[in-house]
Amino acid sequence: MNPTVAAASVIAAALAVGLAAIGPGIGQGNASGQAVAGIARQPEAEGKIRGTLLLTLAFMESLTIYGLVISLVLLFANPFA
Amino acid sequence: MTMLDGLSILNSLPLAALEVGKHWYWEIGNLKLHGQVFLASWFVIVLLVIASLAAKPKQGQMVPGGMQNFMEYVLEFLRDLAKNQLGEKHYRQWLPFIGTLFLFIFVSNWSGALIPWKLITIPEGELAAPTNDINTTVALALLTSLAYFYAGLSKKGLGYFANYIQPIPILLPIKILEDFTKPLSLSFRLFGNILADELVVGVLVFLVPLLVPLPLMALGLFTSAIQALVFATLAGAYIHEAIESEEEEEHG
Repeated sequence: MNPTVAAASVIAAALAVGLAAIGPGIGQGNASGQAVAGIARQPEAEGKIRGTLLLTLAFMESLTIYGLVISLVLLFANPFA
Repeated sequence: MTMLDGLSILNSLPLAALEVGKHWYWEIGNLKLHGQVFLASWFVIVLLVIASLAAKPKQGQMVPGGMQNFMEYVLEFLRDLAKNQLGEKHYRQWLPFIGTLFLFIFVSNWSGALIPWKLITIPEGELAAPTNDINTTVALALLTSLAYFYAGLSKKGLGYFANYIQPIPILLPIKILEDFTKPLSLSFRLFGNILADELVVGVLVFLVPLLVPLPLMALGLFTSAIQALVFATLAGAYIHEAIESEEEEEHG
């Protein structure tokens, strides 16, 4: 592999994961905070809130996972190599 | 894998070897198949068949016990999952599909973490959860697409395509795009989560082989179970979206 392409790919891979972690991180923080507030107001709804929270967290996490997929492609299946 | 070669110097204990992008190819005609994925999925299928056969009630036994009890619990779980998504009226028809998706993905994900595949060596590549190969997840996602098209077309006939211009015709491109993004996001979510989990555990085992990866492995079991649930839930939601019509808004 051309060293310039290799270096660029590694940097791009790191940036992909790092940037993709920012948004979902904020979103997950918001969602969990709201869920905790909801449980504090209405402790008897805890089960329902927890189920919904887990599902939504999984959805938000998948956004980061897309970034991870991009970086894995750059590292292991680089189309420009 | 070439980029991670530097890491293997650190690896004095051969507990794990990461082989990303290496496959044991089976050539059938012009097709190149990933053999290790097939072996692992056949194992999962055999496991599921054995579990179903073991759930058969014993002769002359009135009260369900043991395996039968457990499998009935599983069935009830799947039934509730399908009923929540599809509503009382339609869920029975789609329960087998959604249940199969959930069980296959769930057992595949857990097999990757719980079964010591590393003890079995194959000529090339390594055995792992079938769902960490993108071909498996794409196949499952395309099956889901086929299922919701079939559901919509069989319920409404060609009138199903009226959905595409339903609120206003200007949404047509977005609705068509949706049909491509649904399988894309379904397959990438599952593939990415499972592969990421196995990679993180693999890299940690490289660096700190004992005890430290254990909590992450437990977390991996949890997230992979959630991913199976998410996949089945979304499949149900897409099918329901295809078969729902305005006059029956009774379910909630």
